[in-house]
Amino acid sequence: MDIHLSNISHRYDATEVMRDISLEIPSSRILCIVGPSGCGKSTLLRIIGGLERPSAGEVGQIGDPPEGCLNPLTYVFQDFALLPWRTVEGNISLVLEDHGIDGAKKQSIIADVLARTKLSDFAKALPKQLSGGMKQRVAIARALVVNPAVMLMDEPLSALDSQTRELLMDDLIALWTRTPFTAVYVTHNLAEAVRLGHQIVVLSRRPGEIREIVEIDKPLSERTFGDPDLEAPQRHLWDLMREEARAADAELIHV
Amino acid sequence: MSEPRPVSFRGGGFAPKSVRWIGAVVFIALIAVAEIGTQTGWISALTLPKPSDVLDTFVQLYQSGLLWKHLTPSLTRLLVGALLGVSVGISVGVLIGLFSYIRSGLVPLVAAIFPIPKIALLPLFVIWFGIDEGSKYALIAFGTFTPTVVATYGAVDNVDRTLIRMGQSFGLSWWSIVRKIVLPGAMPGILSGLRISLAIAIILLVAAEMLGAEYGIGAYILEAGSLYDLERLFVGVAILSLLGIGVSAAIGAIERYLLRWRN
Ligand SMILES: Nc1ncnc2c1ncn2[C@@H]1O[C@H](COP(=O)(O)OP(=O)(O)OP(=O)(O)O)[C@@H](O)[C@H]1O
Ligand SMILES: [Mg+2]
Repeated sequence: MDIHLSNISHRYDATEVMRDISLEIPSSRILCIVGPSGCGKSTLLRIIGGLERPSAGEVGQIGDPPEGCLNPLTYVFQDFALLPWRTVEGNISLVLEDHGIDGAKKQSIIADVLARTKLSDFAKALPKQLSGGMKQRVAIARALVVNPAVMLMDEPLSALDSQTRELLMDDLIALWTRTPFTAVYVTHNLAEAVRLGHQIVVLSRRPGEIREIVEIDKPLSERTFGDPDLEAPQRHLWDLMREEARAADAELIHV
Repeated sequence: MSEPRPVSFRGGGFAPKSVRWIGAVVFIALIAVAEIGTQTGWISALTLPKPSDVLDTFVQLYQSGLLWKHLTPSLTRLLVGALLGVSVGISVGVLIGLFSYIRSGLVPLVAAIFPIPKIALLPLFVIWFGIDEGSKYALIAFGTFTPTVVATYGAVDNVDRTLIRMGQSFGLSWWSIVRKIVLPGAMPGILSGLRISLAIAIILLVAAEMLGAEYGIGAYILEAGSLYDLERLFVGVAILSLLGIGVSAAIGAIERYLLRWRN
């Protein structure tokens, strides 16, 4: 299933947040969105996921979600959004219960996704007993368990320290290599963008417009930490963003 | 180079824990002081009854079978009234917490009813629900309803919105979101509201029984008071205190069970 954005514009009262964004989100690829603070990345992701209505333009699905998909557009949140009163297992179970999956079938699905995300030992733990990286792993497991057509990830690693971030990036790449999923991945970390993105969309400062779409052809599994091949695209992204980021920064001070 | 001086400790405190038995020790010490004081005549018999006499009176009450005759109707009234008030209160509180129109319509109404001393309305309840149990249930229910509503909608307001958005983003039904996210998230606030509501329920119970009941702790206390029978008065008051402690312990147990994810 592909997602097609046509001429999306959005404004909150007087603030124009984004302008005329048209974008193709191809399936089984990771599309990163980078842009200066406040340029509307999170808003765009909410629009794609149907949590917000754009002022103008349309989000369309092309084709049907894959077989066994329970929730086509699935979020991974920056702050994990785990229910503190449910165990790891319970948090994953939450999103299955509403689809009438119960009993032994539910247990086996949960066990499988916990194994895939290396969480099997933590099934009975409560979120507060877990480190940040573990919590985000649970959130990723919860997103994977519904077999999403598209994963919408809003700075999923921003709340984590840089070592944990590296580990989770490796995990994401391993998960993707095993079964390629479609993802829209918002970040302001350019290193993350070049590690995970097949395509990187650079947005301008507010009102956000697409400045450029950078393609990186090297397969995900071959990209490594400090990969020299990724240096050039990362530098290019930074050149594109530097002026925007500086201007956005100055703008925020004047508000 | 001068000698290093130790950095003085300034953390600590602000984290009260309940120490076992200290509460019991305070009770026993106070009663012991009263007992010694009345025995030695340092406290006159008119000021305070002897705790041992109070205990005797209690034992007599128990042996005569009158204890349960008074306690059973009181507990029934408390249970029925509080159950009604709390369940309606929680439901209305959740609705206020979730729907704009209900909120706009009911919050001013609740604010208007809250400060009315409910005992003042007892005659009205007697007309509406009869002189018997009905008016007592209604009084207790009404008295517990308002604080429960206020505590509940405050608690619902405080539920983390990102969790609700998460539920929506996974396509959970409205009812699932309320049941699995809103209610558990509001539970800490609802339970601490319950402590206040149930204390109010006990106060109203006694008031209702004083204003017209043959049996009940309130009737017992009223009768003892009008005869200036201090021993019996204190027996009645002690029963109320025990009731309060019991209710508080019960809520504590519920909290420990429902909120075990917090500790
Ligand atoms: N609900 C809202 N009401 C009004 N303005 C909003 C709302 N949500 C976002 N905004 C504004 O819209 C702009 C874009 O917000 P958004 O959160 O999408 O930016 P972002 O690119 O995700 O920023 P960041 O990098 O800080 O996460 C910001 O200026 C923000 O203040
Ligand atoms: Mg954002």
